[in-house]
Amino acid sequence: MQKAIIERAKQLLADGTVTRVIGWKKGDFAYDSTPAVFNSAEELDKDFIFDDFTASNVSKYLIKESQKEGKVLVFLKPCDTYSFNQLVKEHRINRENVYIVGIECYGKLDIEKIRAKGISGIQSVTNNDGTLTIETLYGTETMPAYEVMAERCLSCKSKKYVAYDELIGDDGEVMDSNRFDMVAQLEAMSSEERYNFWREQLSKCIRCNACRNVCPACSCERCVFDNDNSGIANKAPADSFEENMFHIIRAFHVAGRCTDCGECSRVCPQSIPLHLLNRKFIKDINELYGEYQAGADTDSRAPLTNYTQGDCEPSVVHERGVE
Amino acid sequence: MNNDTLIPHLGVVTDIRIDTPDVKTFRVVSPEGGKVFEHMPGQCAMLSIPGVGEAMFSITSSPTNKEFMEFSIKKCGCLTSWLHMMEVGQQVTIRGPYGNAFPVETELKGKDLLFIAGGIGLAPLRSVINYVRDNRANYGSVQIVYGSRSKDDLVDYQEIINEWMNDDGIEVNLTIDNPQEGWDGHVGFVPNYVKELEPSTSKTVLICGPPIMIKFTLAGLKEIGFQETQVYTTMELRMKCGVGKCGRCNIGDKYVCKHGPVFRFDQLNELPNEY
Amino acid sequence: MLKIAIEKIDELFALVAQNQALYIPSDNKDGAAEYTRWSEGVKYSNALNTLRSAKDFFFPQTEDLVDFKMSGKNIEIIDIRKETEDFVIFGVRACDAKSFFILDNVYLSEPVDSYYKNRREHATVITMACSKPSETCFCSAFGIDATQPGGDVECASDGTSFFFEAKTEKGKAFIDSVSSLLSDGDTAELDNAKAKTKEILAKLPLAELSTESFGADKLTELFNSDKWAGLSESCLACGTCTFVCPTCQCYDIKDFDTGHGIKRYRCWDSCMYSDFTKMAHGNPRLTQLERFRQRFMHKLVYYPANYDGVFGCVGCGRCLAKCPISMNIVKVMKALEVK
Repeated sequence: MQKAIIERAKQLLADGTVTRVIGWKKGDFAYDSTPAVFNSAEELDKDFIFDDFTASNVSKYLIKESQKEGKVLVFLKPCDTYSFNQLVKEHRINRENVYIVGIECYGKLDIEKIRAKGISGIQSVTNNDGTLTIETLYGTETMPAYEVMAERCLSCKSKKYVAYDELIGDDGEVMDSNRFDMVAQLEAMSSEERYNFWREQLSKCIRCNACRNVCPACSCERCVFDNDNSGIANKAPADSFEENMFHIIRAFHVAGRCTDCGECSRVCPQSIPLHLLNRKFIKDINELYGEYQAGADTDSRAPLTNYTQGDCEPSVVHERGVE
Repeated sequence: MNNDTLIPHLGVVTDIRIDTPDVKTFRVVSPEGGKVFEHMPGQCAMLSIPGVGEAMFSITSSPTNKEFMEFSIKKCGCLTSWLHMMEVGQQVTIRGPYGNAFPVETELKGKDLLFIAGGIGLAPLRSVINYVRDNRANYGSVQIVYGSRSKDDLVDYQEIINEWMNDDGIEVNLTIDNPQEGWDGHVGFVPNYVKELEPSTSKTVLICGPPIMIKFTLAGLKEIGFQETQVYTTMELRMKCGVGKCGRCNIGDKYVCKHGPVFRFDQLNELPNEY
Repeated sequence: MLKIAIEKIDELFALVAQNQALYIPSDNKDGAAEYTRWSEGVKYSNALNTLRSAKDFFFPQTEDLVDFKMSGKNIEIIDIRKETEDFVIFGVRACDAKSFFILDNVYLSEPVDSYYKNRREHATVITMACSKPSETCFCSAFGIDATQPGGDVECASDGTSFFFEAKTEKGKAFIDSVSSLLSDGDTAELDNAKAKTKEILAKLPLAELSTESFGADKLTELFNSDKWAGLSESCLACGTCTFVCPTCQCYDIKDFDTGHGIKRYRCWDSCMYSDFTKMAHGNPRLTQLERFRQRFMHKLVYYPANYDGVFGCVGCGRCLAKCPISMNIVKVMKALEVK
């Protein structure tokens, strides 16, 4: 797969279709990669990597890159194409300056899950048809890949590409996903249990802003939280602001625009399941306004910015809040 | 537990002087009377209105003044706007003194001095000028070149014309950017005026003002034959602690609040150009 | 050397906790180790390192500095400082133990930060020698021996027992206080275990990382390097690296209106943030390139310039594990290295 991607990138550079490539750059270990812009065949050969760990959604980088001169080639996984579409819809990406090659994804591995198994000193990770062999300084470990697959991939919503210029591999289908199971569990809790659940999770927040900064829906030029006079700018908590407000405000802010790409939870250094807040909104929107998937297209009107006579009455909020 | 520099002292504003449309000079004493602490010319203090903000300001009065400290403050942000609205009798919090000072007791002693200031940049130099005036025998000639956008924007104008200009051995050269009714003095930018005045290259220069003024004046001084080792300036960056710990006012490995704010240009040029 | 059998460590914890708050690394629900206040049932974690660094004990994420009461034109200043109670941190790794000295240089130099000093003075640090270093470890690049972690008491395990060695007066007092549970033990197995760990340390993928291209005298060439643009290109400008770092020591001071008065507090801040150096009239670090450069220049050049050549990094590897885009000090060092 990596070989095919590099070859195709080189062709598109050589025939002048694109002037540069956004992808993932090889790191020091078997599992770390950094989003990067590649300008030449040599750079691609030297550092481009695509494997079980190249999880970052690079669509957000296109906000900046697509404003530059010349076309940029980007490799997007199916879920990334939803983020891409949403950004196009919000006029944040200049579509004409982007050439998309859709690439197959069988789910990404989560290095934190591997570490949580007590595995350390990792030297290499190989995946043979779903069985991982991990060579470490302390011996060899094997396990089924799904055991350490990223949470978001275990509940993958779609293998379909909603935006592309060409594909490597075949287009897939929207999946029958179990992604709302945990939300349903939270809904089934008493309000006190639910409160305690979130209190415990959100109190772990160190306010590093990684969730916000990685989020393709958080594309504001200047974030409302970055106002130094607000008393809540960019900082660790003075009171319980993080628990009470920050993540909830952010979830409100991306409601109807969040494609559920799961980057927020992937990058959280404190392992807070932030995507559950967004999924709650998605589930509610689906139930109250009819099925809607942000990023599925670039022209439909989002439920929260559209009025139809069938819209639910505001009082539904009150009714749903009653125990 | 010992005192901590982060816990401020109380000060009372006993006088507010309107200098220009956007600069006021505040006189601060301790609630018991007298100065809250001693300082040397060029040093700074953290002034605050709790709940509004805290920021570093240059102490514009001379340490030879034994009764009070003064701060000339231009209205430009949240805290300074609040300070401009307050009345006499208001308490403030104050901590310091912070940073180094102009080397008035060492390198500047016995030297002919040339002060060059633009706008609010006079504030830190005023402390030195009055210190020199009060210790006149320790220094050579004094020349002050001061410019502003207009006559109304000259800070400390009354003190300049009533006191400094009447002192023997002090030459004061004022300039404003554009001609103005009621102004028969020099018109033009500070950098050009300094060149026109052809100051003797034996002088030691203290300069403070907008970055662009400093940049062009320094270039002009070099043209005339001044060395960077003869020129001192004072810097300002965002600060929180005032003692080189909070980590934000550094230029390279030097913290402006601790190793500065006074730098000689040859020292400054060894640092990264990030200010 | 004095030792206690591993399965008996809870007894030692119980004894210590009778008199002082005791914090030990313990696995949380996500399987990551975190310092947890010991009470019956809290289990010591063998994890190599805690999710958040041990700096939290001395330089917490947020703390109140001083209170103010405002009435009319008057202000009342209320000193809210209290003497900290003695506490014990057990299981600090060599990297984190070294980070305390890096923070000390800043906070205990004049004018001494009384808030930090208060906590530092009341803490007894029991370290733990590493036995299973990870691929992300590179403490040896900064002269740290993971098998000799220092602290007030140095602790190490041979697989069946924990061995204790006092390193300071405070450490001696600690050992005296638990001596009833300790017995003399042969260190032959321990020496073997340490030798094995050293072999692993030498084989770590980052074992060859060199600091030779860094330090105070490299300021100008490193600052002006053309590599910063590429290195900072995909930086998300979040503060993850800063906040998981045991040596990042920058803070902000803010006021918070409680409705009954003003609380002045300080909290961690990050040079990676856009408003870190922003003033009413401008910002000397306008783009992420300058902010990114500042963080690494601070650790590799500015800090050593101010503190006798000591680097501001201890090689704990947390930033390597946690950066959302896997950009980190090792990659920066490798890119800037002059071979």
